[in-house]
Amino acid sequence: MIRAFANPHRFMALSRWLAPACLAVGALLMVWSVWQGLWIVPQDDYQGGDIMRAMFIHVPSAWLAMGSYMGLAATSLIWFVWRHELADMAAKSIAPLGAAYTALCLATGSIWGKPTWGTWWLWDDARMMSVLVMFFLFLGYMALRAAMETRQKAARAGAILAMVGAVNVPLIKFSVDIWSSIHQDASVLRLDGPAMPPVYLTPLLIGGLAHMIFFAGLTMMLMRSEVWRRRGDVLIARKLAGA
Amino acid sequence: MKTPSPLRAAFRQAFSEAWAGGAGVLLPIGFFAGAAMLVPFTVGSEASQLSAIGTGILWVALALASLVSMERVFQADLEDGALELWAQEETPLFLVAAAKMLAHWIVSGLPLVLLTPPIGIALQVDPGALIPAMLAYGLGGLAFFLWGGVAGALAASVARGGLLISLLALPLFVPTAIFGALATIEGPGGPSLLFLAAATMFALAVAPFAASAALRLAVD
Repeated sequence: MIRAFANPHRFMALSRWLAPACLAVGALLMVWSVWQGLWIVPQDDYQGGDIMRAMFIHVPSAWLAMGSYMGLAATSLIWFVWRHELADMAAKSIAPLGAAYTALCLATGSIWGKPTWGTWWLWDDARMMSVLVMFFLFLGYMALRAAMETRQKAARAGAILAMVGAVNVPLIKFSVDIWSSIHQDASVLRLDGPAMPPVYLTPLLIGGLAHMIFFAGLTMMLMRSEVWRRRGDVLIARKLAGA
Repeated sequence: MKTPSPLRAAFRQAFSEAWAGGAGVLLPIGFFAGAAMLVPFTVGSEASQLSAIGTGILWVALALASLVSMERVFQADLEDGALELWAQEETPLFLVAAAKMLAHWIVSGLPLVLLTPPIGIALQVDPGALIPAMLAYGLGGLAFFLWGGVAGALAASVARGGLLISLLALPLFVPTAIFGALATIEGPGGPSLLFLAAATMFALAVAPFAASAALRLAVD
């Protein structure tokens, strides 16, 4: 199945309409979930009144942040084992988007945390620490790729780092959990899925889906530009060789 | 004359490089002591405050000092061609990478551990706790040098890769730093020392393979 997706021509033909379609559908659903979240959903006094509306950006961005690291690790592994160039292009495209989503997650979390917890930042919270570490892993990945001289070396070094990071993420998560549970009990903010009334849950799940589709569209757009860039390089090389 | 095996060569080279150029061993020591000594000037010199954060300061200084000379560990071998020869040897490259990282730890990591008691005492930490804490600093330092070695191997072909190495390695230091700091607070009887040992074993199992993959890339 991987081979069917690995064909750049097929990818270009597919993403030509699928990428804009994903962006459009994702944006529409996102607008709907934010509109629901900001105007329709009743405010929840227990979670700090109107500020809980931040959830409709914050929680999807947290899901996407974690998902994009898994995507980075998976595409890196696929590239490292099978050397499908599209997998490397996907990894390269996911990294800045994942970094942006982790940053968005941290920023919206801080904005939500200030009125409800009384602080922008809590070092005691395990989730915040995990996301922060993931943010630095994304930054390191991008910096490493940028520092390499050739595309091939960037792909290899990036894949090694992403896989080393991936085997470390469970360990980091575990250690951070132990560390914070010693300091204080479970954090104030806990999303018990089934305990949440459907009036919140539906816009939230739709919002998560919206961001996922939007993310897929953005990734495909970045991959397309990478394919064009490589085609351009080939044309330049051919021209130079012919002249 | 029989050529020495790559493992022995890697060890010997690490020890000779430690004294060549004058600053191989002294640089991390100076950095370690200097970073720790800056703390009383920045957080205040009250004994109660310092003794509360002293062991943690030592962890921060140890983590940073382990990165000071990491840039040269594999870069020097890449430049003089030793890495290329090692990559062609029958001895697996991950063993050579492990030997290099261990030798580097013995040369620049262990002296830092030996230095923790005097600096800890200067930071008003209870002297009785510092001798058992050296085990934790030794284990944690080894993990720092292993993950730092992976970062150093990845950045071996990058000119002036020192800052890049820090960015790559510091997130990987998190579990070691957490368990290590808890272990020095709990003392040798607590569970955190075991977790720290497990984190170090994990690094010992993963880092040589990752570093050797990165070194093959640097050689190509």
